Amino acid sequence: MKALALLATLVTGALLLYGTRDFPAWGDPQAPASAYLSPVYIEKAVEQTHVPNIVTAVLGDYRGYDTMFETVVIYCAGMAVVSVLRRNREE
Amino acid sequence: MRDIHEHSAGEDLVIKTSVRLLVPFIQLFGLYVIVHGHYSPGGGFQGGVILGASFILLALAYDLKTSQDYMPIWANALLGNLGPVIYIGVGALCAIFGGLFLDYSALDVLIPLGPVEWRSFGIFLVEVGVGLAVMSIMLLLYWNLSSGGALDEGL
Amino acid sequence: MESIIGEIVAKYNYWIYVVLMMIGFYAMIGKRNLVKKLLGMNIFQTSIILFFVSTGVKKGGAIPIVDKYQALAGGVDAATIVNPLPHVLMLTAIVVGVSVTGVALAVLQRIYKEYGTLEEDEILEKTQR
Repeated sequence: MKALALLATLVTGALLLYGTRDFPAWGDPQAPASAYLSPVYIEKAVEQTHVPNIVTAVLGDYRGYDTMFETVVIYCAGMAVVSVLRRNREE
Repeated sequence: MRDIHEHSAGEDLVIKTSVRLLVPFIQLFGLYVIVHGHYSPGGGFQGGVILGASFILLALAYDLKTSQDYMPIWANALLGNLGPVIYIGVGALCAIFGGLFLDYSALDVLIPLGPVEWRSFGIFLVEVGVGLAVMSIMLLLYWNLSSGGALDEGL
Repeated sequence: MESIIGEIVAKYNYWIYVVLMMIGFYAMIGKRNLVKKLLGMNIFQTSIILFFVSTGVKKGGAIPIVDKYQALAGGVDAATIVNPLPHVLMLTAIVVGVSVTGVALAVLQRIYKEYGTLEEDEILEKTQR
């Protein structure tokens, strides 16, 4: 069983390493991840929101929905822990 | 508030004293990280975790009862509910005053700061809500997990 | 041989993430203890977070905090500042990870109260009886 798990792990790792051959090199400014959307954020964020910290501007304004449901997720996690462990108290 | 020495006997004096001296500064730094998130690395999530960690530190050095003297269970529950309410309330206010949901520039009709400044200030309001929610949920997770849901003795 | 070593050296960051991911993945599927599985999940998550943050790096780029008045007057050159988008996504992913860990630990406490053990095969034996 452990050998099977090790085999599955090694195969997955080998596949991922094979996939990295097409990835951009470390710190490449022309990488696809930083070529399309993020220059718009970097250039317009300060002008549109007057917030010098671009991460905060994107987090609170452009991706406001994301952060809102993020807050709801941690709220739900708290409620889940309370309701799972409440039965311990009653027993 | 009860005396801080009342509950826990036999713990290390050095740890207890240094934690008691450190906690106010940790909380001040947490508030700084929340409100200074516009100009330096920081924001609601990070500051909320620092604020929660200060109470967790009290619970580790003394016991759960001491941290519940500083942050009562009802106050923790209130703040944890207030966080999402602030966030969603700000978004709903924007929708009520004629903008889109979470479009803070619509709040300009309330206090005329200018739409761009309102986007900056709206982010601040939202970060405060996130900070409150993260702080109280972190503390709630620690209290519940360390005491098995009983919220009394713990580690 | 030369080309393979050159490839590894040029992309060593991806090798680190893949090795971390393999450690976490093996712990998730190979271990019997539920807490070890949870720790494996955390290691896996850490590797994903490191990978995403590393995609935002630009060589010689500054942190994504700019001078406000200078930026309002002259604009910002996007090539000199690292990509802020992965930072935002991973900021939220870290918090979700903490929540998931908390809920999982609570469920594990319930399992331990119910069955008296956290070993997977012993729990399976007890449920099938």
